[in-house]
Amino acid sequence: MATPKDIRYLNPPTAEVKKKKYCRFQKSGIKYIDYKDPDFLLKFVNEQGKLLPRRLTGTSLKFQRKVAQAVKRARHLSLMPYVADLLK
Amino acid sequence: MEKRYETVFILTPVLSEDQAKEAAKKFKKTITDLGGKIVNEENWGLRKLAYPIQKKTTGFYHLMEFAGEGQDIINSLEVTYKRDERILRFLTVALDKHAAAYADKRKGLVSEGKTKKKEAVNS
Repeated sequence: MATPKDIRYLNPPTAEVKKKKYCRFQKSGIKYIDYKDPDFLLKFVNEQGKLLPRRLTGTSLKFQRKVAQAVKRARHLSLMPYVADLLK
Repeated sequence: MEKRYETVFILTPVLSEDQAKEAAKKFKKTITDLGGKIVNEENWGLRKLAYPIQKKTTGFYHLMEFAGEGQDIINSLEVTYKRDERILRFLTVALDKHAAAYADKRKGLVSEGKTKKKEAVNS
């Protein structure tokens, strides 16, 4: 009897093990997101300086709101651009 | 109840270092005159702006953290900011408990960094 283990494929099936996304703030216990640290906030914006959606970063809703608030404050203080090109 | 606030302002780069410090002192005085207590002060020096403000591409950043009661301090501080032509931008935020904890930690780090630098100079 051929068990599933014995079956050999010509092209090995691309086993895409999807990594579970997690909220980095909840995982590392960060409670406050600083607007004075633009280098850190850069992780949450795309090349144009727009906020990345939660679906891409995995941030929980609670912290996504805080990220958004921090980015907006940083923009106001000209620590981050409102619009940019090739930010990364 | 007393609340903690944090204010950051950007001064025009036309000023000299000393003039910038002078201006910062003036705002510090507006806070203390109204019964606010300065908790922490940081001078970030001349920094590049992410986008031009009033056709300036750099500015002197100053941060002040203070504790105070009532809306009066914030109101008159912001009025002083608005009346002052040397100010390019300002932001005042109230600190919640997590933010306050973060600010305390940051203060420790900054002063540690300073002492380390001083040690490096001494040795």
